[in-house]
Amino acid sequence: MSSSNDSIKKTLTVALLLCIVCSVIVSGAAVVFKKQQQANKDLDRKTNILAAAGLLQPGKSVDELFAQIKPRVVDLNSGEYASKLNVNTYDQLKAAKDPAMSKALSNSEDIAGIKRRENFATVYLVEKDGKLDRIILPVRGYGLWSTLHGFLALEADANTVIGLGFYQHAETPGLGGEVDNPKWKALWPGKKVYADDSMTPAVEVVKGSVDPSASDAVFKVDGLSGATLTSRGVSHLVQYWMGQEGFGPYLNKIRKEGV
Amino acid sequence: MADTPKGVLVTPIFANNPIALQILGICSALAVTTNLNTAMVMGIAVSLVTAFSSMFISMIRNHIPSSIRIIVQMTIIASLVIVVDQLLKAYAYETSKSLSVFVGLIITNCIVMGRAEAYAMKNGPVMSFLDGIGNGAGYTVVLLFVGFVRELFGSGSLFGIQLLEKINDGGWYLPNGMMLLPPSAFFIIAGFIWLLRTMQPKQNEAADFKIAPNTQAKEAV
Repeated sequence: MSSSNDSIKKTLTVALLLCIVCSVIVSGAAVVFKKQQQANKDLDRKTNILAAAGLLQPGKSVDELFAQIKPRVVDLNSGEYASKLNVNTYDQLKAAKDPAMSKALSNSEDIAGIKRRENFATVYLVEKDGKLDRIILPVRGYGLWSTLHGFLALEADANTVIGLGFYQHAETPGLGGEVDNPKWKALWPGKKVYADDSMTPAVEVVKGSVDPSASDAVFKVDGLSGATLTSRGVSHLVQYWMGQEGFGPYLNKIRKEGV
Repeated sequence: MADTPKGVLVTPIFANNPIALQILGICSALAVTTNLNTAMVMGIAVSLVTAFSSMFISMIRNHIPSSIRIIVQMTIIASLVIVVDQLLKAYAYETSKSLSVFVGLIITNCIVMGRAEAYAMKNGPVMSFLDGIGNGAGYTVVLLFVGFVRELFGSGSLFGIQLLEKINDGGWYLPNGMMLLPPSAFFIIAGFIWLLRTMQPKQNEAADFKIAPNTQAKEAV
């Protein structure tokens, strides 16, 4: 290396050239791959929605299956459909961070540990012969290490669970991570969220296993062994999103008058 | 170190392994080795980044002002890492999701920077490229070794194919939960180093300090 390399002029030139070349490469990569990445993200989201609703069939294309699902935006405070927001562009998680689109939760309200709740949520409806068949709701909440993001699918009675699945979390593999275990997920279908006509969620994840002969067994799901905090987190997040602060008003409307 | 093309490719795999002998790049080896798939992808990604960054740095090594040489190296490495990250998100979405932040953290992987500074600044582009591939391969070998043990005993599978049927799924195998947590990788890497140094005793280092023999306990006066 010659000493002329260390002159101020050379240093600045090299730094400038390098920055230009590198920024062109980086932005080039971002632009070239953007379309493919977006497609992947959409496919991933659609797959998860279908999986929660139990509609995923091997051998059939996800886009084809997703055609039967109708996304709608719901105002969580009133429970009404919000027509002024565009379903395709509304980003619920982004809205949860925007003070104008969400509300801060106090400690006692915030059982799911999400800190802010957006005012509008995207729900996914499946219709069969013109009648509502399944309701798929986005849910999220804090477990042990991470926020679990998932979907909860309900039958048209807005009470019976079809399935619960998480698409993003960072719980301990082998313990809390067992929320992804198909055997555990299979415990959810058929459970009821609400007892009778009350709109207070009765469903919960219990420690240990559920006594199937007990009268309230239909509201209880076995906890994950060795993952008390994750189980509690799942329990709380389901209760939160099914409660008055979450989709309660919306589900109440469905139960009273249909869609 | 051997200066033939074959030498720079092969010596880092066992004789001068970046993880086992130089003890570099341990952090990511703990994080991404719970299964073989991610370990493999991570190994390939690190190899490519090391190879190409070494090559580019070597190409402009005679023009890099020494006062900003670390910044220049970092800029090149960071750009390549972003390209790799974008590439994975576009064509290996599932894997990139499980690797999450660790792809971005290749930037801080000591092996990449170490090879740039130690080798690419003094050697030609072709040799630097091969040196990068060789060191990447050394890294990959350790990752695969650790990933093999952790996935087999932690999940009872290899490359996602279930070999030992888990109790949770109705089988007989009770998975070793510790294998899925980062500390287990420490033990396995240590085991790998032990194995390697038993086979190649010249890798043993002379002790920096000698432990004094135990003194007899005396009653306080």
